[in-house]
Amino acid sequence: MRLVNVRPDRGTALFLAILPFALVILAYVLGSAERLALNPDDKLLPSLGSLGEAIVKIAFTADARTGDYLLWTDTLASLERLFSALAISTAIALAIGVLIGMLPVVRSFLAPFVAMVSMVPPLALLPILFIVMGLGEASKIALITIGITPYLIRDLAMRVEELPREQMIKAQTLGASTWQMALRVVLPQILPRLMDALRLSLGPAFLFLIAAEAIASDSGLGYRIFLVRRYLAMDVILPYVAWITLLAVAMDFALVRARRFFFPWFGAAK
Amino acid sequence: MTAISVRHLWKEYGDQIVLEDISLDFAPRAFIALVGPSGCGKTTFLRILLSEESVTRGEVLIGGQPIAREPGADRGVVFQRYSVFPHLTVLGNVVLAAEMGEAPLTGRLFGARRRAAEEEARALIEEVGLKGAEDKYPAALSGGMQQRLALAQAIMRRPKILLLDEPFGALDPGIRADIHQLMLKLWNTCEMTVVMVTHDLKEAFTLATRIIAFERRRNRPEEKARYGATIAKDIEVWPKRIAGQPKTKSVNPGRDDPALPSGPGRDDPALQTA
Repeated sequence: MRLVNVRPDRGTALFLAILPFALVILAYVLGSAERLALNPDDKLLPSLGSLGEAIVKIAFTADARTGDYLLWTDTLASLERLFSALAISTAIALAIGVLIGMLPVVRSFLAPFVAMVSMVPPLALLPILFIVMGLGEASKIALITIGITPYLIRDLAMRVEELPREQMIKAQTLGASTWQMALRVVLPQILPRLMDALRLSLGPAFLFLIAAEAIASDSGLGYRIFLVRRYLAMDVILPYVAWITLLAVAMDFALVRARRFFFPWFGAAK
Repeated sequence: MTAISVRHLWKEYGDQIVLEDISLDFAPRAFIALVGPSGCGKTTFLRILLSEESVTRGEVLIGGQPIAREPGADRGVVFQRYSVFPHLTVLGNVVLAAEMGEAPLTGRLFGARRRAAEEEARALIEEVGLKGAEDKYPAALSGGMQQRLALAQAIMRRPKILLLDEPFGALDPGIRADIHQLMLKLWNTCEMTVVMVTHDLKEAFTLATRIIAFERRRNRPEEKARYGATIAKDIEVWPKRIAGQPKTKSVNPGRDDPALPSGPGRDDPALQTA
Protein backbone atom coordinates (compact mmCIF):
# COMPACT_ATOMS: atom_id res chain seq x y z
CA MET A 1 0.00 0.00 0.00
CA ARG A 2 1.25 3.47 -0.81
CA LEU A 3 2.24 5.67 2.09
CA VAL A 4 -0.25 8.37 1.00
CA ASN A 5 -3.11 5.90 1.54
CA VAL A 6 -2.14 4.73 5.01
CA ARG A 7 -4.58 6.26 7.50
CA PRO A 8 -4.21 5.79 11.25
CA ASP A 9 -7.33 4.70 13.16
CA ARG A 10 -8.49 6.80 16.09
CA GLY A 11 -6.41 5.05 18.74
CA THR A 12 -3.26 5.20 16.65
CA ALA A 13 -3.90 8.84 15.78
CA LEU A 14 -4.21 9.74 19.47
CA PHE A 15 -1.08 7.77 20.32
CA LEU A 16 0.86 9.47 17.53
CA ALA A 17 -0.33 12.88 18.68
CA ILE A 18 0.72 12.29 22.28
CA LEU A 19 4.04 10.69 21.36
CA PRO A 20 6.10 13.88 20.73
CA PHE A 21 4.89 15.42 23.99
CA ALA A 22 5.77 12.27 25.90
CA LEU A 23 9.19 12.08 24.25
CA VAL A 24 10.04 15.68 25.17
CA ILE A 25 8.97 15.15 28.79
CA LEU A 26 10.90 11.89 28.94
CA ALA A 27 14.04 13.53 27.54
CA TYR A 28 13.69 16.31 30.10
CA VAL A 29 13.23 13.92 33.06
CA LEU A 30 16.22 11.80 32.00
CA GLY A 31 18.44 14.84 31.43
CA SER A 32 17.38 16.42 34.69
CA ALA A 33 18.00 13.20 36.67
CA GLU A 34 21.46 12.85 35.17
CA ARG A 35 22.48 16.44 35.94
CA LEU A 36 21.05 16.29 39.47
CA ALA A 37 22.93 13.04 40.14
CA LEU A 38 26.18 14.84 39.29
CA ASN A 39 25.29 18.05 41.15
CA PRO A 40 22.26 18.15 43.49
CA ASP A 41 22.32 21.99 43.38
CA ASP A 42 22.04 22.15 39.58
CA LYS A 43 19.57 24.87 38.55
CA LEU A 44 19.46 24.31 34.79
CA LEU A 45 17.10 21.33 34.63
CA PRO A 46 15.18 21.18 37.92
CA SER A 47 13.36 17.95 38.76
CA LEU A 48 9.62 17.66 38.21
CA GLY A 49 9.24 17.81 42.01
CA SER A 50 10.97 21.16 42.36
CA LEU A 51 9.04 22.46 39.33
CA GLY A 52 5.85 21.49 41.18
CA GLU A 53 7.02 23.23 44.32
CA ALA A 54 7.79 26.38 42.34
CA ILE A 55 4.35 26.28 40.70
CA VAL A 56 2.67 26.00 44.11
CA LYS A 57 4.78 28.92 45.29
CA ILE A 58 4.05 31.27 42.37
CA ALA A 59 0.46 30.29 41.72
CA PHE A 60 -1.08 29.36 45.06
CA THR A 61 0.99 31.18 47.71
CA ALA A 62 0.65 34.88 48.40
CA ASP A 63 3.86 36.78 47.76
CA ALA A 64 5.55 37.72 51.06
CA ARG A 65 6.19 41.31 50.00
CA THR A 66 3.06 42.31 48.07
CA GLY A 67 0.50 39.71 49.13
CA ASP A 68 -0.23 38.95 45.45
CA TYR A 69 -0.43 35.57 43.80
CA LEU A 70 2.30 36.25 41.27
CA LEU A 71 1.21 34.01 38.39
CA TRP A 72 -2.32 35.39 38.40
CA THR A 73 -1.42 39.07 38.71
CA ASP A 74 1.17 38.62 35.97
CA THR A 75 -1.35 36.81 33.77
CA LEU A 76 -3.97 39.48 34.36
CA ALA A 77 -1.55 42.32 33.54
CA SER A 78 -0.34 40.61 30.35
CA LEU A 79 -3.78 39.61 29.11
CA GLU A 80 -5.07 43.11 29.69
CA ARG A 81 -2.37 44.48 27.40
CA LEU A 82 -2.84 41.71 24.87
CA PHE A 83 -6.64 41.99 24.67
CA SER A 84 -6.60 45.79 24.53
CA ALA A 85 -4.14 45.63 21.65
CA LEU A 86 -6.10 42.87 19.85
CA ALA A 87 -9.33 44.85 20.21
CA ILE A 88 -7.77 48.04 18.84
CA SER A 89 -6.06 46.19 15.99
CA THR A 90 -9.22 44.33 15.04
CA ALA A 91 -11.30 47.51 14.96
CA ILE A 92 -8.75 49.39 12.83
CA ALA A 93 -8.12 46.43 10.52
CA LEU A 94 -11.80 45.76 9.99
CA ALA A 95 -12.56 49.36 9.05
CA ILE A 96 -9.53 49.97 6.83
CA GLY A 97 -9.37 46.44 5.42
CA VAL A 98 -12.99 46.52 4.26
CA LEU A 99 -12.53 50.02 2.82
CA ILE A 100 -9.41 49.00 0.88
CA GLY A 101 -11.02 45.79 -0.30
CA MET A 102 -14.30 47.36 -1.40
CA LEU A 103 -13.43 50.82 -2.70
CA PRO A 104 -10.91 51.22 -5.53
CA VAL A 105 -10.35 54.85 -4.50
CA VAL A 106 -9.32 53.91 -0.97
CA ARG A 107 -7.23 51.06 -2.37
CA SER A 108 -5.22 53.49 -4.50
CA PHE A 109 -4.98 55.84 -1.52
CA LEU A 110 -3.96 53.45 1.28
CA ALA A 111 -2.85 50.06 -0.04
CA PRO A 112 0.75 51.07 -0.95
CA PHE A 113 1.10 52.94 2.34
CA VAL A 114 -0.10 50.00 4.42
CA ALA A 115 2.16 47.65 2.45
CA MET A 116 5.12 49.89 3.26
CA VAL A 117 4.22 50.30 6.95
CA SER A 118 3.81 46.56 7.37
CA MET A 119 7.49 46.17 6.49
CA VAL A 120 8.72 48.42 9.32
CA PRO A 121 10.13 46.12 12.01
CA PRO A 122 7.92 46.93 15.04
CA LEU A 123 10.61 46.14 17.59
CA ALA A 124 12.80 48.82 16.04
CA LEU A 125 10.02 51.27 16.86
CA LEU A 126 9.92 50.24 20.52
CA PRO A 127 12.49 52.85 21.68
CA ILE A 128 10.50 55.54 19.88
CA LEU A 129 7.32 54.36 21.57
CA PHE A 130 9.02 54.41 24.97
CA ILE A 131 10.32 57.92 24.32
CA VAL A 132 7.02 59.26 23.02
CA MET A 133 4.48 57.38 25.14
CA GLY A 134 6.50 56.70 28.26
CA LEU A 135 7.11 53.35 29.91
CA GLY A 136 3.47 52.74 30.91
CA GLU A 137 0.79 50.54 29.41
CA ALA A 138 0.24 52.72 26.35
CA SER A 139 3.61 51.98 24.75
CA LYS A 140 3.22 48.21 25.23
CA ILE A 141 -0.27 48.18 23.76
CA ALA A 142 0.95 50.39 20.92
CA LEU A 143 3.79 47.98 20.11
CA ILE A 144 1.47 44.98 19.79
CA THR A 145 -1.01 47.04 17.77
CA ILE A 146 1.66 48.32 15.40
CA GLY A 147 3.00 44.80 15.12
CA ILE A 148 -0.15 43.05 13.99
CA THR A 149 -2.49 45.68 12.51
CA PRO A 150 -0.81 46.04 9.08
CA TYR A 151 -0.88 42.29 8.62
CA LEU A 152 -4.55 42.14 9.60
CA ILE A 153 -5.44 45.03 7.27
CA ARG A 154 -3.70 43.45 4.30
CA ASP A 155 -5.16 40.03 4.98
CA LEU A 156 -8.71 41.38 5.35
CA ALA A 157 -8.42 43.59 2.27
CA MET A 158 -7.34 40.52 0.28
CA ARG A 159 -10.22 38.44 1.65
CA VAL A 160 -12.69 41.18 0.66
CA GLU A 161 -11.22 41.33 -2.84
CA GLU A 162 -11.52 37.56 -3.04
CA LEU A 163 -15.29 37.63 -2.61
CA PRO A 164 -16.75 36.67 -6.01
CA ARG A 165 -17.40 39.65 -8.29
CA GLU A 166 -20.80 38.11 -9.01
CA GLN A 167 -21.89 38.69 -5.41
CA MET A 168 -21.16 42.41 -5.60
CA ILE A 169 -23.03 42.74 -8.90
CA LYS A 170 -25.90 40.69 -7.57
CA ALA A 171 -26.18 42.89 -4.49
CA GLN A 172 -26.33 45.97 -6.71
CA THR A 173 -29.09 44.44 -8.82
CA LEU A 174 -31.02 43.99 -5.59
CA GLY A 175 -30.69 47.75 -5.17
CA ALA A 176 -28.01 47.75 -2.48
CA SER A 177 -26.01 50.91 -1.79
CA THR A 178 -22.29 50.73 -0.99
CA TRP A 179 -23.13 51.01 2.70
CA GLN A 180 -25.71 48.21 2.52
CA MET A 181 -23.26 46.01 0.63
CA ALA A 182 -20.64 46.57 3.32
CA LEU A 183 -23.17 45.85 6.05
CA ARG A 184 -25.02 42.86 4.64
CA VAL A 185 -22.69 41.25 2.11
CA VAL A 186 -19.07 42.02 2.98
CA LEU A 187 -18.96 42.28 6.78
CA PRO A 188 -20.79 39.07 7.62
CA GLN A 189 -18.63 37.15 5.18
CA ILE A 190 -15.40 38.73 6.39
CA LEU A 191 -15.89 38.15 10.13
CA PRO A 192 -15.12 34.42 10.09
CA ARG A 193 -12.07 35.16 7.96
CA LEU A 194 -11.07 37.82 10.48
CA MET A 195 -11.17 35.20 13.21
CA ASP A 196 -8.78 33.03 11.24
CA ALA A 197 -6.47 36.00 10.67
CA LEU A 198 -6.57 36.75 14.39
CA ARG A 199 -5.56 33.18 15.16
CA LEU A 200 -2.51 33.59 12.98
CA SER A 201 -1.63 36.91 14.65
CA LEU A 202 -1.72 35.46 18.17
CA GLY A 203 1.88 34.28 17.82
CA PRO A 204 3.28 37.70 16.80
CA ALA A 205 1.04 39.40 19.40
CA PHE A 206 2.57 37.35 22.20
CA LEU A 207 6.04 37.95 20.79
CA PHE A 208 5.59 41.72 20.96
CA LEU A 209 3.93 41.49 24.38
CA ILE A 210 6.81 39.55 25.94
CA ALA A 211 9.36 41.79 24.24
CA ALA A 212 7.77 44.97 25.55
CA GLU A 213 7.42 43.54 29.04
CA ALA A 214 10.96 42.25 29.11
CA ILE A 215 12.41 45.68 28.38
CA ALA A 216 10.42 47.98 30.65
CA SER A 217 7.66 46.80 32.95
CA ASP A 218 6.81 46.06 36.56
CA SER A 219 4.37 43.24 36.01
CA GLY A 220 3.40 40.67 33.40
CA LEU A 221 4.46 37.25 32.24
CA GLY A 222 7.37 38.51 30.17
CA TYR A 223 8.54 40.76 32.98
CA ARG A 224 8.63 37.81 35.45
CA ILE A 225 10.58 35.55 33.11
CA PHE A 226 13.23 38.16 32.48
CA LEU A 227 13.33 39.10 36.19
CA VAL A 228 13.98 35.62 37.54
CA ARG A 229 16.48 34.95 34.75
CA ARG A 230 18.98 36.81 36.93
CA TYR A 231 18.72 34.05 39.53
CA LEU A 232 18.83 31.27 36.94
CA ALA A 233 15.38 30.29 38.27
CA MET A 234 14.52 27.71 35.65
CA ASP A 235 11.90 26.29 38.01
CA VAL A 236 9.88 29.51 37.49
CA ILE A 237 10.77 30.22 33.86
CA LEU A 238 9.74 26.80 32.55
CA PRO A 239 6.22 26.83 34.08
CA TYR A 240 5.75 30.39 32.83
CA VAL A 241 6.70 29.44 29.28
CA ALA A 242 4.37 26.45 29.44
CA TRP A 243 1.59 28.70 30.80
CA ILE A 244 2.02 31.30 28.06
CA THR A 245 1.89 28.54 25.45
CA LEU A 246 -1.23 27.14 27.05
CA LEU A 247 -2.91 30.56 27.03
CA ALA A 248 -2.16 31.00 23.32
CA VAL A 249 -3.43 27.52 22.49
CA ALA A 250 -6.61 28.13 24.49
CA MET A 251 -7.27 31.41 22.62
CA ASP A 252 -6.68 29.72 19.28
CA PHE A 253 -9.09 26.94 20.23
CA ALA A 254 -11.68 29.43 21.48
CA LEU A 255 -11.50 31.38 18.19
CA VAL A 256 -12.03 28.23 16.14
CA ARG A 257 -14.98 27.23 18.30
CA ALA A 258 -16.49 30.71 18.20
CA ARG A 259 -16.16 30.80 14.40
CA ARG A 260 -17.93 27.46 14.04
CA PHE A 261 -20.66 28.53 16.43
CA PHE A 262 -21.36 31.98 15.02
CA PHE A 263 -20.73 31.21 11.34
CA PRO A 264 -22.00 27.69 10.72
CA TRP A 265 -22.20 28.34 6.97
CA PHE A 266 -18.51 29.18 6.66
CA GLY A 267 -16.93 25.71 6.68
CA ALA A 268 -19.36 24.36 4.09
CA ALA A 269 -19.27 27.39 1.81
CA LYS A 270 -15.51 27.53 1.39
CA MET B 1 -42.92 47.04 -19.88
CA THR B 2 -39.41 47.72 -20.96
CA ALA B 3 -38.01 47.65 -24.42
CA ILE B 4 -34.27 47.46 -24.94
CA SER B 5 -32.64 49.12 -27.93
CA VAL B 6 -29.03 48.81 -28.87
CA ARG B 7 -27.72 51.26 -31.47
CA HIS B 8 -24.43 50.73 -33.32
CA LEU B 9 -22.76 49.25 -30.29
CA TRP B 10 -18.99 48.68 -30.41
CA LYS B 11 -17.00 47.13 -27.60
CA GLU B 12 -13.22 47.17 -27.67
CA TYR B 13 -10.58 46.16 -25.13
CA GLY B 14 -7.52 48.09 -26.23
CA ASP B 15 -6.82 46.91 -29.77
CA GLN B 16 -9.12 43.94 -29.50
CA ILE B 17 -12.54 44.52 -30.99
CA VAL B 18 -15.08 42.28 -29.31
CA LEU B 19 -18.43 43.47 -30.60
CA GLU B 20 -18.78 45.22 -33.92
CA ASP B 21 -21.64 47.54 -34.80
CA ILE B 22 -24.44 45.68 -33.06
CA SER B 23 -27.93 47.12 -33.51
CA LEU B 24 -30.89 45.35 -31.94
CA ASP B 25 -34.37 46.07 -30.62
CA PHE B 26 -35.91 43.82 -28.00
CA ALA B 27 -39.68 44.11 -27.53
CA PRO B 28 -41.06 44.40 -24.00
CA ARG B 29 -41.59 41.01 -22.34
CA ALA B 30 -39.58 39.22 -24.98
CA PHE B 31 -37.48 36.23 -23.98
CA ILE B 32 -34.20 36.62 -25.85
CA ALA B 33 -31.57 33.89 -26.04
CA LEU B 34 -28.04 34.91 -27.00
CA VAL B 35 -26.11 32.03 -28.49
CA GLY B 36 -22.77 31.60 -30.18
CA PRO B 37 -19.39 29.93 -29.81
CA SER B 38 -17.10 30.62 -26.85
CA GLY B 39 -15.43 34.01 -27.01
CA CYS B 40 -17.95 35.51 -29.41
CA GLY B 41 -18.87 38.30 -27.03
CA LYS B 42 -22.33 37.16 -25.96
CA THR B 43 -21.40 37.39 -22.28
CA THR B 44 -19.76 40.77 -22.89
CA PHE B 45 -23.03 41.92 -24.45
CA LEU B 46 -24.93 40.75 -21.38
CA ARG B 47 -22.48 42.54 -19.09
CA ILE B 48 -23.10 45.73 -21.02
CA LEU B 49 -26.85 45.30 -20.44
CA LEU B 50 -25.96 44.84 -16.77
CA SER B 51 -23.82 48.03 -16.78
CA GLU B 52 -20.91 45.94 -15.56
CA GLU B 53 -19.10 46.93 -18.75
CA SER B 54 -19.42 50.18 -20.67
CA VAL B 55 -19.79 50.51 -24.41
CA THR B 56 -16.90 51.88 -26.44
CA ARG B 57 -19.16 53.43 -29.06
CA GLY B 58 -22.90 53.47 -29.66
CA GLU B 59 -25.66 53.49 -27.11
CA VAL B 60 -27.99 51.25 -25.18
CA LEU B 61 -31.48 52.49 -24.37
CA ILE B 62 -33.74 50.89 -21.80
CA GLY B 63 -37.33 52.00 -22.04
CA GLY B 64 -36.11 54.88 -24.20
CA GLN B 65 -33.63 56.15 -21.59
CA PRO B 66 -29.85 55.73 -21.81
CA ILE B 67 -28.75 52.79 -19.66
CA ALA B 68 -27.63 53.59 -16.09
CA ARG B 69 -23.89 53.64 -15.53
CA GLU B 70 -23.97 51.04 -12.78
CA PRO B 71 -26.01 47.92 -12.05
CA GLY B 72 -29.37 48.67 -10.46
CA ALA B 73 -32.58 47.17 -9.19
CA ASP B 74 -34.33 47.53 -12.55
CA ARG B 75 -32.16 44.76 -13.98
CA GLY B 76 -31.96 41.48 -12.08
CA VAL B 77 -29.33 38.86 -12.80
CA VAL B 78 -28.63 35.17 -12.29
CA PHE B 79 -25.09 33.97 -12.95
CA GLN B 80 -23.95 30.43 -13.49
CA ARG B 81 -22.28 30.45 -10.05
CA TYR B 82 -22.01 32.63 -6.94
CA SER B 83 -25.44 34.14 -7.48
CA VAL B 84 -26.64 33.61 -3.92
CA PHE B 85 -25.04 34.69 -0.67
CA PRO B 86 -23.46 31.79 1.21
CA HIS B 87 -23.83 33.43 4.63
CA LEU B 88 -27.63 33.75 4.42
CA THR B 89 -30.26 31.02 4.60
CA VAL B 90 -32.66 30.46 1.72
CA LEU B 91 -35.22 32.70 3.40
CA GLY B 92 -32.53 35.25 4.30
CA ASN B 93 -31.35 35.39 0.69
CA VAL B 94 -34.83 36.17 -0.63
CA VAL B 95 -35.78 38.57 2.18
CA LEU B 96 -32.48 40.41 1.58
CA ALA B 97 -33.90 41.66 -1.73
CA ALA B 98 -36.72 43.42 0.16
CA GLU B 99 -34.38 44.64 2.90
CA MET B 100 -32.02 46.30 0.44
CA GLY B 101 -34.94 48.19 -1.05
CA GLU B 102 -36.73 49.25 2.12
CA ALA B 103 -34.02 49.72 4.75
CA PRO B 104 -31.33 52.02 3.34
CA LEU B 105 -29.65 52.59 6.72
CA THR B 106 -29.60 49.26 8.52
CA GLY B 107 -30.15 46.90 5.59
CA ARG B 108 -32.52 44.99 7.89
CA LEU B 109 -36.27 44.92 8.41
CA PHE B 110 -37.94 44.45 11.77
CA GLY B 111 -41.40 43.81 13.13
CA ALA B 112 -44.41 43.98 10.86
CA ARG B 113 -42.45 44.99 7.76
CA ARG B 114 -40.15 42.02 8.22
CA ARG B 115 -43.10 39.68 8.63
CA ALA B 116 -44.66 41.05 5.45
CA ALA B 117 -41.39 40.61 3.53
CA GLU B 118 -40.96 37.09 4.94
CA GLU B 119 -44.47 36.15 3.92
CA GLU B 120 -43.87 37.34 0.38
CA ALA B 121 -40.50 35.55 0.33
CA ARG B 122 -42.01 32.29 1.57
CA ALA B 123 -44.62 32.41 -1.19
CA LEU B 124 -41.91 32.95 -3.76
CA ILE B 125 -39.75 30.17 -2.29
CA GLU B 126 -42.70 27.83 -2.56
CA GLU B 127 -43.31 28.92 -6.14
CA VAL B 128 -39.77 28.01 -7.19
CA GLY B 129 -40.09 24.66 -5.42
CA LEU B 130 -37.86 25.21 -2.42
CA LYS B 131 -40.54 24.82 0.25
CA GLY B 132 -39.08 23.12 3.31
CA ALA B 133 -35.56 24.39 2.63
CA GLU B 134 -36.14 27.91 4.01
CA ASP B 135 -33.64 27.55 6.84
CA LYS B 136 -30.89 25.82 4.89
CA TYR B 137 -27.71 27.54 3.79
CA PRO B 138 -26.93 27.52 0.05
CA ALA B 139 -23.98 25.17 0.57
CA ALA B 140 -26.50 22.51 1.64
CA LEU B 141 -28.46 22.90 -1.62
CA SER B 142 -27.81 21.17 -4.94
CA GLY B 143 -26.78 23.23 -7.95
CA GLY B 144 -30.32 23.22 -9.34
CA MET B 145 -31.80 24.34 -6.04
CA GLN B 146 -29.24 27.13 -5.75
CA GLN B 147 -30.29 28.41 -9.18
CA ARG B 148 -33.96 28.24 -8.17
CA LEU B 149 -33.04 30.28 -5.12
CA ALA B 150 -31.14 32.77 -7.28
CA LEU B 151 -34.22 33.16 -9.47
CA ALA B 152 -36.47 33.70 -6.46
CA GLN B 153 -34.04 36.27 -5.05
CA ALA B 154 -33.86 38.16 -8.35
CA ILE B 155 -37.63 38.13 -8.86
CA MET B 156 -38.35 39.28 -5.29
CA ARG B 157 -37.03 42.68 -6.38
CA ARG B 158 -39.44 42.72 -9.38
CA PRO B 159 -36.88 43.65 -12.02
CA LYS B 160 -38.10 44.97 -15.34
CA ILE B 161 -35.36 43.03 -17.09
CA LEU B 162 -33.92 39.71 -15.99
CA LEU B 163 -30.44 38.87 -17.28
CA LEU B 164 -29.30 35.26 -17.20
CA ASP B 165 -25.66 34.31 -17.78
CA GLU B 166 -25.63 30.60 -18.63
CA PRO B 167 -27.77 30.01 -15.56
CA PHE B 168 -28.49 26.36 -16.17
CA GLY B 169 -25.24 25.38 -17.90
CA ALA B 170 -23.85 23.45 -14.94
CA LEU B 171 -27.00 21.43 -14.25
CA ASP B 172 -27.64 17.89 -15.37
CA PRO B 173 -30.36 17.32 -18.02
CA GLY B 174 -33.25 16.14 -15.82
CA ILE B 175 -32.89 19.02 -13.40
CA ARG B 176 -32.46 21.40 -16.31
CA ALA B 177 -35.79 20.34 -17.83
CA ASP B 178 -37.56 21.02 -14.52
CA ILE B 179 -35.98 24.42 -14.10
CA HIS B 180 -36.89 25.30 -17.71
CA GLN B 181 -40.54 24.80 -16.80
CA LEU B 182 -40.05 27.06 -13.78
CA MET B 183 -38.33 29.67 -15.93
CA LEU B 184 -41.20 29.73 -18.41
CA LYS B 185 -43.70 29.98 -15.59
CA LEU B 186 -41.86 32.94 -14.07
CA TRP B 187 -41.54 34.65 -17.44
CA ASN B 188 -45.28 34.20 -18.00
CA THR B 189 -46.32 35.50 -14.60
CA CYS B 190 -43.80 38.30 -13.96
CA GLU B 191 -43.80 41.51 -15.98
CA MET B 192 -40.27 41.30 -17.28
CA THR B 193 -38.10 41.02 -20.34
CA VAL B 194 -35.59 38.17 -20.17
CA VAL B 195 -32.19 38.08 -21.86
CA MET B 196 -30.35 34.80 -21.49
CA VAL B 197 -26.88 33.78 -22.59
CA THR B 198 -26.61 30.09 -23.29
CA HIS B 199 -24.42 27.71 -25.25
CA ASP B 200 -27.21 25.18 -25.43
CA LEU B 201 -29.29 25.59 -28.61
CA LYS B 202 -31.98 23.25 -27.41
CA GLU B 203 -32.38 25.35 -24.28
CA ALA B 204 -32.58 28.47 -26.40
CA PHE B 205 -35.37 27.04 -28.56
CA THR B 206 -37.20 25.61 -25.54
CA LEU B 207 -37.42 28.93 -23.73
CA ALA B 208 -36.92 31.91 -25.96
CA THR B 209 -39.19 33.94 -28.22
CA ARG B 210 -36.24 35.12 -30.23
CA ILE B 211 -32.72 33.82 -30.67
CA ILE B 212 -29.74 35.99 -31.52
CA ALA B 213 -26.61 34.19 -32.69
CA PHE B 214 -23.33 36.06 -32.35
CA GLU B 215 -20.39 35.08 -34.50
CA ARG B 216 -16.99 36.37 -35.47
CA ARG B 217 -17.12 36.29 -39.20
CA ARG B 218 -13.42 36.82 -39.63
CA ASN B 219 -11.48 34.41 -37.53
CA ARG B 220 -8.07 34.18 -39.22
CA PRO B 221 -5.31 34.89 -36.69
CA GLU B 222 -4.19 38.13 -38.38
CA GLU B 223 -7.76 39.40 -38.62
CA LYS B 224 -8.97 38.25 -35.23
CA ALA B 225 -8.12 41.34 -33.21
CA ARG B 226 -9.51 43.89 -35.63
CA TYR B 227 -12.86 42.29 -36.40
CA GLY B 228 -15.39 41.74 -33.65
CA ALA B 229 -18.46 39.59 -33.47
CA THR B 230 -21.61 40.55 -35.32
CA ILE B 231 -25.10 39.10 -35.40
CA ALA B 232 -25.04 36.03 -37.58
CA LYS B 233 -28.65 34.92 -37.11
CA ASP B 234 -31.75 36.54 -35.70
CA ILE B 235 -34.48 33.95 -35.38
CA GLU B 236 -38.07 34.47 -34.26
CA VAL B 237 -39.15 31.25 -32.64
CA TRP B 238 -42.21 29.68 -34.24
CA PRO B 239 -44.89 29.01 -33.09
CA LYS B 240 -44.90 32.36 -31.34
CA ARG B 241 -44.71 32.35 -27.60
CA ILE B 242 -46.46 35.24 -25.93
CA ALA B 243 -45.72 36.15 -22.35
CA GLY B 244 -48.67 35.67 -20.04
CA GLN B 245 -50.27 33.18 -22.41
CA PRO B 246 -48.65 29.86 -21.57
CA LYS B 247 -49.62 27.27 -24.10
CA THR B 248 -51.82 24.70 -22.50
CA LYS B 249 -51.00 21.79 -24.73
CA SER B 250 -49.32 22.24 -28.03
CA VAL B 251 -51.02 20.81 -31.10
CA ASN B 252 -47.67 20.44 -32.80
CA PRO B 253 -45.25 19.18 -30.21
CA GLY B 254 -41.68 20.40 -30.46
CA ARG B 255 -39.17 17.83 -31.59
CA ASP B 256 -37.96 17.35 -28.02
CA ASP B 257 -41.37 17.17 -26.42
CA PRO B 258 -42.82 13.83 -25.42
CA ALA B 259 -44.74 12.21 -28.25
CA LEU B 260 -48.50 12.58 -28.33
CA PRO B 261 -50.34 9.39 -27.52
CA SER B 262 -52.26 9.12 -30.80
CA GLY B 263 -51.92 9.98 -34.48
CA PRO B 264 -49.02 9.24 -36.79
CA GLY B 265 -45.65 10.39 -35.51
CA ARG B 266 -43.07 12.16 -37.61
CA ASP B 267 -41.15 8.93 -37.97
CA ASP B 268 -44.19 6.92 -38.92
CA PRO B 269 -43.31 4.79 -41.99
CA ALA B 270 -46.77 5.46 -43.44
CA LEU B 271 -45.98 9.17 -43.68
CA GLN B 272 -42.64 8.62 -45.35
CA THR B 273 -44.07 6.55 -48.17
CA ALA B 274 -46.96 8.89 -48.74
